[in-house]
Order: sequence, then C-alpha cells, then structure tokens
Amino acid sequence: MSAPVLDARGQRCPMPVIALARAARAQPPGAVLVVLADDPAARHDIPAWARLKGHTVSLADDGGHTAYRVVLGGHPAEKSTAGA
Amino acid sequence: MPPPTPADTAVDPSPAGPRRALLDATPGPLHPAAREALLSALDNGWADPRRLHSEGRRAAHLLDQAREVLADAVGARPAEVSLHPSGSHALQGAITGLRSARRRVGDALVTTAVEQALVLRSPDTEPVGVDRHGRVEVTAWAEAIGAPGVAMGIVAPANPEIGTRQPVEELATASRAAGVPLLVDATSTVGRLPLPRTEAYAVCVADAAAFGGPPLGLLAVGAGTRWRPPGPVSAPERGREVAPPSVPLALAAAEAWRQHRHAATDDARVAHELIAAIRAAAADVPDVEVVGDPDARLPHVVTFSCLYVDGEALVGELDRRGFAVASGSACTADTLQPSHVLAAIGALTHGNVRVTLPLAAVAPTRERDVARFCAELPQAVAAVRAHLGTLDL
Repeated sequence: MSAPVLDARGQRCPMPVIALARAARAQPPGAVLVVLADDPAARHDIPAWARLKGHTVSLADDGGHTAYRVVLGGHPAEKSTAGA
Repeated sequence: MPPPTPADTAVDPSPAGPRRALLDATPGPLHPAAREALLSALDNGWADPRRLHSEGRRAAHLLDQAREVLADAVGARPAEVSLHPSGSHALQGAITGLRSARRRVGDALVTTAVEQALVLRSPDTEPVGVDRHGRVEVTAWAEAIGAPGVAMGIVAPANPEIGTRQPVEELATASRAAGVPLLVDATSTVGRLPLPRTEAYAVCVADAAAFGGPPLGLLAVGAGTRWRPPGPVSAPERGREVAPPSVPLALAAAEAWRQHRHAATDDARVAHELIAAIRAAAADVPDVEVVGDPDARLPHVVTFSCLYVDGEALVGELDRRGFAVASGSACTADTLQPSHVLAAIGALTHGNVRVTLPLAAVAPTRERDVARFCAELPQAVAAVRAHLGTLDL
C-alpha cells in the first residue's frame, strides 16, 4: 500500500503545512504521508513543523517541485505547545 | 486635473482606532530631544559645510561638534569617523575599503550565515554556519578565517532579527590570530549592547537610528588599520563618501547619543525584562515557537513563529488591535524567499512576528504597551487561525 500523496504545488506557505497537519490529524503514529510542494519556504517550514510536532521528514527534489515524506510520530491528535 | 490638496497627500500620523503601541523600532520615531535638535538645525545648519561663507562655516563647525559626540558612540576618535546617509551605506563603504586594502591577500569575506543580506550578497562571501539559536561556533570561525586568501571577517555583535548574541570577543581574538581584520557591524546593536573592546576590531559600522536618532551611518576605521577609501581623500568624509552628510541629521543623531549614552544601561535592563515577558507570553500560545537565545541576546528584540498562521494576516490583526510589529515572514508580496536567518536556524519561516522595542525615552508607554501586547496576543493568533480555519489543528 503506498502512502497518501497530497499535492500542494502552486500553494504558498503556510498552506502546504496546513494541508499536511490536517491530513496528519486522521492518521495514527507511524503512518506515512507524502506532500508535493514547490514553494521555496516549504523547504524550511515542513521540516520545522515536523520538528515541532515530533514527526520525521525526508525530502527528494523532483524537477520543479520537492516531495516531502513524513513519518508521523507521537500522538497527532494531541495539542502541543512548542516551548521557547 | 487640479493640484492635490494637502488632504490628498498627507499621511495620517496617528491611524484611527485603539491607542498605538510601537513595537517595531526599525526605525522608530526620533528621541524627543533629537527631534528638537533637528528642527533647530534646519534653521542653523542648512548650509553646505564646504562653503566659505559664514553660513557654510557655521554648518562645518556644527558638523565637527556632532562628529565629536558621535565618535563616542562607536568608541573611536573623531578623526577616525565618517558619517553616511545610512548604516547600509557605511557598511558598503567599509567593505569596499577593506577589500581594496587587502586585495593582494585575497577576496574572501568570512561572515556568519545570519548576517544581514547586504553582507551575504557581497561577492566571495563565505558564511559560517550557526546553531539553532543562531550563534556561530568559535572553532568553525577560526578555521574559516585562518584559511588562505581571506580579506576580512564581518560579524554583528548580535542578530537584529532574532536577538542572539555572538561571541564577538572570541571571534575577534581568532581573527587577530589569523592576521585578518574584523569588521564589527553594530548597525542594529549600537546603544543597545556595549561594543567589543576597541582593540578587538579594525572597523566598526553603526546607525544612529538604533539609539533614537535619524538614520545616519557611522563608520570608524581604527588607526593602524589598512583601509583604502573608495574615493580620493579630497572627497567628502575623508574620501569615504560622494557627498557631505546632512548637517541637521548629524546634529539630531549627536543629540540622540548625548541623551542616550547615560541612559543606555538602565534602558537595556528594563527592555530585557519586557522582552522576557513577551517571550513567555508567546511560548504559552499553542503551537508557537520563540526563537533565538533566551538570555544571551539583544535586550529589545524577539521573534516568534506561529504554526498555521499567515504572517501578513497576523501583522494585520495585531495592527487592527493597535500594535505595530514587523513580520519576518517569507510570504510578502515582493519576495518568495524565506528569511535567511530563520532558515539558517531551522525555524518556521511563516507566521512570524518580530518585536523591536523603542527606547523608553521614545515610547514612554512601552511597559504598558508590552503588557497589553502579552494579554492580547493569544486572541490575535486565535483570530487569524479561526479565519484560516486552522483552529482545530
């Protein structure tokens, strides 16, 4: 079974991160999500989001966009507060 | 078409709505004493200081007095200091002069990955990476600056976007050991943090806007520093500028420093506590990350990032509530590139708010303003998230 793919190409930040967070909410820990994005800010924001939420992310460039593969960690349904 | 009436062109200085809280002093309004000095200098110091008539000589005399005061701001002697239209002009001139003097040694410019864009855009720049607070590691700096072909090092004592201080004395020691001149970029830190020891660096750049003056660049080149001005020495400002500085602006800047230098320590102590309060209030909002070193930082600066928020919308929401703050966000109309500082430390580049406190003398209500900001921030973030439909994330 392949991971669900979100297409966020053409979307500007923070939309790709919002789409990812929404998709992640319905998935259990360990689930894999893939998002395609071409906003240069996503390169920083998707890994930063993953770090804040305890997920891990790897990325691969594919022509004009980047594919981000996110492995969910922790408990995505739980609200968390990022510390200072 | 009839000529525009004043009402068509005037900008309302005090937008309607709640009382304004100025939390973005980059630049801010003038120190009140600097404003007075500027107004009277417009009457007394308007002449070209190069002219030989009485008015010109008076302007030249006033400019000398201003230079003497401003030299103290950059820890230099008046003869070492030139005045420029802005800190950026001074910095550009400083780089050019050092490059020229060092061209036989090499072209490389060693700096940090979080320096201002003007530095990072210079040719042959070699940025040294930083940690998650934005601090450069001394050993990595020493290695880069000790490599062959390095013309100069450039470092700001603290980062104006996230506040983190650099170990500037150690970086200076490493630079000196490598025989490479260090340019200290105090554009945003002058008057807010003490300068490094003067023996530690070769060239210092500052901007009077950082201490309640008008934008005015200061460039100090230490005696004994090999430095070649871009122009002939007969050109204004010891060959460092294409035109003499505005005498009224120089006088206003000098008055700002005269007023601020004795207040600087107390002002910084209070500002440090106010920023600590903002850091705590922001960290309490769900999915907000406060960036930069919590303690070893500029006293008056903080940036925080909010997940699931559009930075422009958040700045707009805060503005509507009476707060003037800056956004470090990528998603501005004029650029798709995210903030290189936030990218370098692995922080979110969207949903950012940057607070830069004005001096207490400029904004006497700043303590109340900060308290109100801390109280309203959670609602402002929630309002933007509600609008974007992201409150449930």
